[in-house]
Amino acid sequence: MSNTLKDPIQIRFSGAGGQGLITAGVILSEAAMMDGRNVVQTQTYGPEARLGSSRAEVIISKGTIAYPEVTLPDVLLCMSTEAARKYGAKCTADTVVIFDSTNIGPEFTSPGRVFRLPITETATKVGSKVVANTVALCVLNTLVPVVPRETLAAAIAARVPAKFRELNQRAGEAGEQLAAGLLTPSA
Amino acid sequence: MSKKRLIQGNEACAHAALYAGCNFYAGYPITPSSEVMEILSYEMPKLGRTFIQMEDEIASISAIIGAAWGGAKTLTATSGPGFSLMQEGLGYASITETPCVIVNCQRWGPSTGQPTKGAQGDVMQSIWGTHGDHAIIVVTASTVRDAFDMTVKSFNFAQQYRVPVVLLMDEVLAHMRENIDWPEPGDIEVIEAKRPADVKTYKPFANDEFLPFGHGARYHITGLAHGAEGFAVSDEAAARELKRMVGKVQDHVRDLALHDRYLLDDAELAIISYGITSRPAQSAVDLLRAQGIRAGLLSLKTLWPFPDFLIDEVAERVDTIVVPELNMGQLVREIGRAAGGRSQVIPVSRIDGHLLTPAQIADAAVAPFATSAGKVVRS
Amino acid sequence: MSDNYRRFLRTAQLPHVWCPGCGDGMIVKALLEAIGELNLDQNKIAVVSGIGCSGRTPFILDFNTMHTTHGRALAFATGIKLANPELRVFAIMGDGDASAIGGNHFIHACRRNLDITALVFNNGIYGLTGGQLAPTTPVGKRSTTSTMGSIEQPFDLVRLALGAGAGFVARTTSFDHKRLTSSIKRAILHKGFSFVDILTSCPTYFGRMNDVAEPYDMVHYLRDTSSPLHDCTCGETDQPKAEVMPTGIFREEERADYEALYKQKIAAACGKRSVS
Repeated sequence: MSNTLKDPIQIRFSGAGGQGLITAGVILSEAAMMDGRNVVQTQTYGPEARLGSSRAEVIISKGTIAYPEVTLPDVLLCMSTEAARKYGAKCTADTVVIFDSTNIGPEFTSPGRVFRLPITETATKVGSKVVANTVALCVLNTLVPVVPRETLAAAIAARVPAKFRELNQRAGEAGEQLAAGLLTPSA
Repeated sequence: MSKKRLIQGNEACAHAALYAGCNFYAGYPITPSSEVMEILSYEMPKLGRTFIQMEDEIASISAIIGAAWGGAKTLTATSGPGFSLMQEGLGYASITETPCVIVNCQRWGPSTGQPTKGAQGDVMQSIWGTHGDHAIIVVTASTVRDAFDMTVKSFNFAQQYRVPVVLLMDEVLAHMRENIDWPEPGDIEVIEAKRPADVKTYKPFANDEFLPFGHGARYHITGLAHGAEGFAVSDEAAARELKRMVGKVQDHVRDLALHDRYLLDDAELAIISYGITSRPAQSAVDLLRAQGIRAGLLSLKTLWPFPDFLIDEVAERVDTIVVPELNMGQLVREIGRAAGGRSQVIPVSRIDGHLLTPAQIADAAVAPFATSAGKVVRS
Repeated sequence: MSDNYRRFLRTAQLPHVWCPGCGDGMIVKALLEAIGELNLDQNKIAVVSGIGCSGRTPFILDFNTMHTTHGRALAFATGIKLANPELRVFAIMGDGDASAIGGNHFIHACRRNLDITALVFNNGIYGLTGGQLAPTTPVGKRSTTSTMGSIEQPFDLVRLALGAGAGFVARTTSFDHKRLTSSIKRAILHKGFSFVDILTSCPTYFGRMNDVAEPYDMVHYLRDTSSPLHDCTCGETDQPKAEVMPTGIFREEERADYEALYKQKIAAACGKRSVS
């Protein structure tokens, strides 16, 4: 992928309530903070705690971040068909778009550079679809190295309960491999 | 070197209250302010401080006023519908000159409206919501660090001036996370109310000195018009007392008018904003500067007492003042009045539950000036 | 003992605002005698009232006094008591004050069980605003907003308090001075929330609207419409006649009060660390 990371970089996580997207946004934000950068994380959500629409946004910069929400994302993650329908088109040709192909069929398109990866399926194979957010986070950070991979791993470990640490570690590694498989042929 | 933490606006507010020495919280659950209450319900017992969940918002504000006279530093947090219920208590806190802090995480209204969507629709209600002329201080915050600082300052103002202080946040700031340098004790000044030198002769409404119940004096507090000792006075004296109460805030507007300036010195166009909207406004200044327009930002942190003198300075120098708000135009009326025709004042409003974007504010600023009616942005 | 109450009066604030024949003064005398007989520390008493005729009580009492908003006396009292548990807190309310506009605060104070003594001056009508229907006005009784007689079932404040979980619940009348004073004393001594429903007379409005305008007749009316039970523990064994309000002590049961439970919570939250 590109060698120089955009600054500020705008990242949008979208999907359904219960998929852990806000947690994913928080973890990436904590990793960015550990990396010494400034971060703003916002979210929108419906009144439902589960299965309503959910969106988390993260902006990371070495400088001050004034406007706190994503205008056009540099990285877009969609984990549900509703998210793909709602946000898939709201990006530029340079946006890295990650569709969870477990949930989103090929009929959904985007003007960005689309990567279709079976994120939820990978999580299920690793042990639980609950860690789909961790798989997604590590897919994202492999395709676009927002933070050093060790920093992200540390942020994940710091946030998840101890008994799920190992599961999340495996999920993260699976995510990295999933993304690396895509990267290798073009490298 | 203080440690960095990634926290939400509501978390910052709750921890700042503890930092300021708040030892009594009473509240009622309401989106999007509930995290303030949840955090304090957990943290306050650990510090030996008092948290209580009341039966409604009227009870909550009544309890914090009572607790203030019981000797506590008090806070409640709420949102629009609860804030409407608190107007009764705000009036009582004002006429009894009770130091207390009310945080209002604004949401889209009126009524139940959209509980999970932000807005800035409670500006007028904060200033004028309770009946009668009255003393009140209204402040805002636009970043998570600001939410921390302004919470502490709200306690300081309440203690110094013996008034209720309303801190206006909004849903976006309430739930937004940012990295902040965590303030260590002593980093931010914490001010306590002046105690009377002689408790025996204490008169509760003689001045800004504050002596709680049970500390050697016996006195009377009432929501009726009253004199220095809390008892009925002549109509003329009641009018004089009301002027004194309102005056103690209005006469200190220069001490109270917290604000930030951004590229304002050479500006030909000024954006005047407050709260969360100051963030897209600052980005809009950058956009306008990139287009060759010398724009600047005056970000108001204190909305009341209204800082006429700050608007004066701006209106003297710029041709155009743009006022973005997440309502249909509230503070713009005060700004327009203070500008007194010296600048064209353009309101920019957004009321669909989303933030104004920098582009929307910048576009409104450079829109043809054929009409002064302003521009309502629709999504 | 009879003059024991005078030292608690703010004589500069006299005369009070109450009409000739009003029962409120008799209640205040009983309250002050009870306080005097129990030797409570005058500096550590806080009296909180709402709005209405009863709300004017604190003006003439030489304690820490707070005249608050309509219906909210108990909410303010909750804050005062929790902020300074050393204070002995009284909430003085009218019947409309406590059970109409303040009904929510009343029931929650009953269940929450702070160590507060709540006295309701229950005259069955809104006096200060000019004689309107109250939630306690008996069926058929007239007021300026029910000139043909009330058609509403009135609140029985004792049953309300019992149902809401108050630990001490009593009812008495303003004319029965001895029982009134002893009821208030027992309420004060009760650890936890205590409530005394005090039936009292408003000859000016209730009396004039209901053919008992003479103060003397009003006292007779109170006597004839109330019926003393002997004591609490007998509960509600006697079914009173219609329109007759049973008086007496209806419950006197101590349970852990809010402050005690909150102290336990603090101790648990602090682990073994001592709390200053």
